[in-house]
Amino acid sequence: MIETENLTKVFDDFLAVDRVTLRVNPGEVLAVLGPNGAGKTTTVRMLTSILAPTSGRAVVAGFDVVKQPEQVRAHVGVLTEQHGLYERMKGLEYLDFFGEVYRVPKQTRRERATNLMKRFGLEDAMHRRVGDYSKGMKQKLALVRALLHNPPVLLLDEPTSAMDPLSAKQVRDAIIELQRDERTFLITTHNLAEAQQLANQIAIIRHGRIIALGTFDELAQQFGGETIVEMRVDGTLNGAAKDFADLITVVDQTEDALYFRTPSPRQTNPDVLARAVGLGLRVVTLSQKKQSLEDIYLQVVKEDETHDRHHQP
Amino acid sequence: MTAITNPEPARPSLQRTLANALIITRREVRDSFRDWRIIVPIIILTFFFPFLAQNVAASFSNFLEGFGAQIIGERTIPFLLMIVGFFPISISLVIALETFVGEKERRSLEPLLSTPLSNTELYIGKTLAAMIPPLLASFGGMVVYLLTLLGGELAWRPPAMLIVQIFILTIVQALVMVTGAVVVSSQTTSTRAANLLASFIIIPMALIINGESVIMFLAPDANSPNGIGALWAIAAGMMLVVLLLLRMGNAIFNREELLGRMIDQISLSGTLRKMGRYILATDEAGTPPRNLLDWYRRGIGLSLSRLRVPLFLSAAVFAAAFGVGMFVGTLPELRLPLPSATLFEAALTNLRQDNSVINNLFGSYLGSNIQRAYFTSVFTDSLRVLALGVILSTFSFGVAAFIVMPFTYVIAGYVLMQFLLAGYGTELFLTAFVPHNIVKIPVAILATAALFRLGAVVTRPPRSHTLGHAWIVAFGDMVKVSLGVVIPGLFVAALLEVTLTPWLLLNLLS
Repeated sequence: MIETENLTKVFDDFLAVDRVTLRVNPGEVLAVLGPNGAGKTTTVRMLTSILAPTSGRAVVAGFDVVKQPEQVRAHVGVLTEQHGLYERMKGLEYLDFFGEVYRVPKQTRRERATNLMKRFGLEDAMHRRVGDYSKGMKQKLALVRALLHNPPVLLLDEPTSAMDPLSAKQVRDAIIELQRDERTFLITTHNLAEAQQLANQIAIIRHGRIIALGTFDELAQQFGGETIVEMRVDGTLNGAAKDFADLITVVDQTEDALYFRTPSPRQTNPDVLARAVGLGLRVVTLSQKKQSLEDIYLQVVKEDETHDRHHQP
Repeated sequence: MTAITNPEPARPSLQRTLANALIITRREVRDSFRDWRIIVPIIILTFFFPFLAQNVAASFSNFLEGFGAQIIGERTIPFLLMIVGFFPISISLVIALETFVGEKERRSLEPLLSTPLSNTELYIGKTLAAMIPPLLASFGGMVVYLLTLLGGELAWRPPAMLIVQIFILTIVQALVMVTGAVVVSSQTTSTRAANLLASFIIIPMALIINGESVIMFLAPDANSPNGIGALWAIAAGMMLVVLLLLRMGNAIFNREELLGRMIDQISLSGTLRKMGRYILATDEAGTPPRNLLDWYRRGIGLSLSRLRVPLFLSAAVFAAAFGVGMFVGTLPELRLPLPSATLFEAALTNLRQDNSVINNLFGSYLGSNIQRAYFTSVFTDSLRVLALGVILSTFSFGVAAFIVMPFTYVIAGYVLMQFLLAGYGTELFLTAFVPHNIVKIPVAILATAALFRLGAVVTRPPRSHTLGHAWIVAFGDMVKVSLGVVIPGLFVAALLEVTLTPWLLLNLLS
């Protein structure tokens, strides 16, 4: 489990992380999104007990990041933004070194390293120098390193950024499998589709501050605004949009589709459908346009920027 | 995937620390031996350079023998042994910079910092890794050189203790370079910057080697079975530096310092602004004072509270300095040949009976230009000592602070002891010493404490502060107590020394 309360980090005069409060339960994935320099990496570093918070507190895997830093690090698997591998070592040798550092017994670490390398398709590269690995392979090796000591909490910075689609899917599948195993994940990513797929909770961070936190549905409800509905017809609309003006707010239209906003589709849609039939339109589909995390993210950031502009001295 | 399991329980502390440190050492050493840029120089310096050195030594000896100057040739031989040992250990500096800053630059340090290893384990592991390959090469080279000398045409039979000394000096020099490199590494984020800063290590080391070579040539005890005394002193001095650097390295080799520092650029204006802020600060957050009184009350109060321990140490050192002076004064060979107490008393009686001498002496002094000049001289001397203390203390980790100002009180203790041993009593001494020192001693103790902290703070910055920040805070405190207390105190003491003290002496003597 990860729990933070007003976690803050100040570098000299720069406020990098500003009163971050969050909670991730076992078996949950929290995706942290935000522009570059928003404070994501600093937050991860504090949760790994690499950097000490200036104020606030954080408990990771049951250990306080300030009072029990070594226990925290022993129970956390970290995939850093820069994988930072030892390029002159061989894959298996590299993992053996980290296994020893994490005090995993020799036999266990050998077995685990071999199994995990196979799991991520690195079996042919076990005895090759890491320097000869491709970028994606290096990322997978770094991920294997993070999993090697079987940590209950995983902090993954851009876990699939350098991977091809197949490898990325392998990693996502592994995360889902580990999630079922009651592991706690905090993933920082710019891949919004991946975040939407994996995360139970999403946090959007900007200028070190969490500006949105919740499940996708909660964020969609909070920031997505009114529902947008698409009505697609057989043939052309022939300027019929004006005939719906008293019922709905049309936001867009194409030759054969009308997009409208409504606060209550349940009440509006039957009326719209009846009107369309009355106008002789042959309605093919009437469907709610799904909002993506990208829409929500952009909306959240835009709102925060507007808020900043209005509150600038 | 396997179920969650906790790692095996930690081993006992010391054993665990060493075992964990050695995991790092083994990996780093293996890595070093895979790097041809390290291996090739080590092989050349270990197996080829000693032969070259031996040839130079033999040629030099033969050449000088023709001029009847064998002694120069003979004394070149151990010097070359030291050089054969020093060249490979200079690689330790490169390895140290590489393992610390190189890792930081390649971003491979962060995964290591994310492990449960403690800062001390990482520090010891990496320090050993930087030292072991070069030291092995160094010892190998020296052994090869010695064997070629022993079996070669020179058939050199060196004093055993000299060989021991050279081996010890080699180890200590390697330690100085590696521990210094750690300090340099923690303050930089690129090997380029680290290499530039490494000149602060390599230049003093080269100077020390120069000094050692001169000592080997000129030392009167060059053939002593106990080794050359001056070389022992250098080794001891460097060991002290190593201990301070180790303490400093262990304190600043921490995750915060390594990853919290993002850029090498120094912002001069930012640094000056920060210094100004801490000179004015009235609390830990750096809040400026409302007025001068507030600055004195809360600002200096804050600095004094930070100087509690140094003040205690400083007072102890001053007392010890006075005691040492008194002790030295008892040593027969250092006693001053003062007139006997009877003669002294007679002289005093004569002076008191004939006031004209004393009155003329003090009459021409008191209120004269000499007195004003004397005041200027005493006050500016005090300021010079303070300025010297700032510089020396900064570069000596605070050690010099305990020498610069307290040294005067060694002399004072010595003079008092001479007076006592000669039977003069304490009256004259106390009259000449106490009036201005009532102000000067507390002020000097405070100045010494601030100077000590200024130098020593870098060896163990407070946990929540970076090295630079800790130094700036200490500098702020030093300037604050200097401006607010020390300099005004020295002014008053100088004033008393040139006015009250002579007047009291006049009254005592006339």
